[in-house]
Amino acid sequence: MRRRTRFSLEPKYILAICSVLCIILIFISVRYEDKVQPAKDAVTGVFTPMQKGINTVGKWITDKIELLSSIKDLQQENKELKEKLSETTYQNRILQQEGYELDTLRDLYELDKRYPSYPKVAATIISRDTNNWYNRFVIDKGSDDGLKVGMNVLAGNGLVGIITEVGHNNATVRSIIDDASNVSGMFLKTNDQCNVKGNLELIDKGLIEVQGIDKDAKIKEGYEIVTSTISPKYLQGILIGYISDVTVDANNMTKSGYLTPAVDFTNLTTVLVITELKETLY
Amino acid sequence: MKQFIMSVIVIIVCFLLQSTVFQALSIAGVVPNLLLIVTVAAGYMHGRTNGIYVGLACGLLVDICYGDIIGLFGLMYMCIGYLNGYAHKVYFRDDYTMPIILVSVSDFLYGFFYYVFLFLLRNRLNFFFYLKRIILPELIYTVVVSIVLYKILYILNVKLERSTYKEV
Repeated sequence: MRRRTRFSLEPKYILAICSVLCIILIFISVRYEDKVQPAKDAVTGVFTPMQKGINTVGKWITDKIELLSSIKDLQQENKELKEKLSETTYQNRILQQEGYELDTLRDLYELDKRYPSYPKVAATIISRDTNNWYNRFVIDKGSDDGLKVGMNVLAGNGLVGIITEVGHNNATVRSIIDDASNVSGMFLKTNDQCNVKGNLELIDKGLIEVQGIDKDAKIKEGYEIVTSTISPKYLQGILIGYISDVTVDANNMTKSGYLTPAVDFTNLTTVLVITELKETLY
Repeated sequence: MKQFIMSVIVIIVCFLLQSTVFQALSIAGVVPNLLLIVTVAAGYMHGRTNGIYVGLACGLLVDICYGDIIGLFGLMYMCIGYLNGYAHKVYFRDDYTMPIILVSVSDFLYGFFYYVFLFLLRNRLNFFFYLKRIILPELIYTVVVSIVLYKILYILNVKLERSTYKEV
């Protein structure tokens, strides 16, 4: 190889300089969190379209493979389903008539829905955190679509997590099973407050920790936990999951237990973002 | 110059693969650490200086895209690149055992320090659980992937060197 004589440093000095640089960066990013956001936005803005592209290609390939392998099953299923369909259309017609009746009756009684319905936006998950320790993922909507930090994310009927960072075309979501996640919840039936905390040790069992339940709370296994009215970040009344294994803590003042989330986190591909922020109470 | 462009392309491709394709191919809930393999290979094939630069680039990329604290991964990857640069002295062309040993040791150190900085400091004391659940599976998966990836990186490197010889 050709070697030119030019300004060169010993590797250990380069290491020292770069280490100091890193430590300064750590300090800046901890101290002035908002100031580094534009820099992050610039970098993620470049990578998001690429990740999106790779995902579409990957999805297409897996779809095709699945299609080939399951074509026989599908034919059989198709036959059965067609028979079922003719039966069901008949039943459906009857049900539809009853449905209209129900609607008119509801209007008459002016029944409200159980929870207020929030405005929502659907988003697709495009990438996950590269290291194995945390449960964060990136969705393909960002500030261009009106998303903001602190918006709640749902899938199906349950809570998935909260937006922690927003770029112009992407947003990072921290899920409630993440080790650093903390949600204040409450029991739907008894209004007892509790604290729902993600824990990496329980992820494989599909559970989350619940702490700080009042000792005198009359709760049973299987009670629903929803987001609390006192939570400053989560909108109230969103289902988190169901309680199990309640035990009294060693301090004899509080109870703790485990919670089975209402959302299946293993096969999550699309989520709903509530585009309404809970007004801060403080 | 050519080597610089090559390194940038390799880092970006590996980052994209690690954050998308390999997330779908995860085994036992872990994803192989491709960027670590790239860092180790850079240190082993080109020496300490190169290891520092490639490690710093990989680490900062991860920091900026997924981290809360910018610079922590940069520091960790950089140190790994630097330490692997010492192995450049025993670099031998067709040797594939040395890089595998280096990758496994580096990945263990990476996992261990990650645990210390981000979990132990938050009072998560059950080290053996984390060792069994994340550090060891990640180590094994990374080593298996590194057998293939190192070979690819090595071939790229050889081609690059040949083309520079021709120019001269």
